[in-house]
Amino acid sequence: MDNIKDNQGDVWEVFVQSKPGLPHKHAGSLHATDKEMALQNARDLYTRRNEGTCIWVVPSNFIVSSLPEDSESFFDPSDDKIYRHPTHYVMPEGAKHI
Amino acid sequence: MTQQDALINYCLRLGDSSLILGQRMAEWCSNGPTLEEDIALTNVSLDLFGQARTMLAYAANLEGKGKTEDDLAYRRSEREYYNTLLSERPNGHFGDTIARNFLHDAFLYHLYTALKNSKDETIAAHAAKSIKEIAYHLRHTGEWVVRLGDGTEESHQKIQQSFDDLWMFTGDLFEMNEVDELLIKAGIAVDLNEVKKNWDSTVNEVLQRATLQRPKDDYMQTGRLQGMHSEYLGHLLTDMQYLQRAYPDATW
Repeated sequence: MDNIKDNQGDVWEVFVQSKPGLPHKHAGSLHATDKEMALQNARDLYTRRNEGTCIWVVPSNFIVSSLPEDSESFFDPSDDKIYRHPTHYVMPEGAKHI
Repeated sequence: MTQQDALINYCLRLGDSSLILGQRMAEWCSNGPTLEEDIALTNVSLDLFGQARTMLAYAANLEGKGKTEDDLAYRRSEREYYNTLLSERPNGHFGDTIARNFLHDAFLYHLYTALKNSKDETIAAHAAKSIKEIAYHLRHTGEWVVRLGDGTEESHQKIQQSFDDLWMFTGDLFEMNEVDELLIKAGIAVDLNEVKKNWDSTVNEVLQRATLQRPKDDYMQTGRLQGMHSEYLGHLLTDMQYLQRAYPDATW
């Protein structure tokens, strides 16, 4: 049904930081007409129960995602280069805090 | 009138306005224009119920007759309610609700900002806690006023009409009587003339941003100080108090 248009506004992705200094984590998405309304909606939907200290909102169409069909070239190569993995190296005797 | 009586009446005014507007906002539940807005409107409702509880519990306590906040919410008739006339206005369409709440939020925001310095500790603490919620409500409705006013031709025309229709109930917000006089002297209440100045500047600024005309001060409907209400409060109370009326003292 191509003629049905979504009239709920644009889709935004919401990232919430739970504590100062921690990375923002993707919390979900929402509809909003602009950035101010997106922030307010995010506040209502994702931070009413003390979940966060900072909110980022980003229009979904600004996000570039890797594609499933790229997964081989993106994620596989390192598997055969074991020297890229920390487990490849032998830990020196007596080394602490590594 | 003793200071105690005046204080009880003052708490009822604050509590009732939050309670009635909270009940109005609850009517939006599942009827919001978008999912996000539906949640926002009902969040506001819950904030207002929380505010109402604090003031009604305090009023019941001051009365000292063993009543609870529930008695005050569910066992009073409309003549015993002192909420603002604006808070009982019907929701109408989304723009009506936004206009009504914006005018009311701006009132509560400046009232509670002043009440933070009340000499009554409970009222001061209540104002300090509530102002955080009200600041958010005001931001929410203010931004919507701008978007609807400065939106499509139809949305502009509709919300302008909402303001024109509601304007006659704004005078009631700033009415004062001997209760205010007594409590202002005691440093507990605030002079609503001062609140009005701040309210004017907030309302003017937002209406201007929204490209809307501020309606002219014409006939103003008042009456809340005497418990005189519009035709809508009785219906709202019948709905809200149904369970208590049909099954007195019902428990879960």
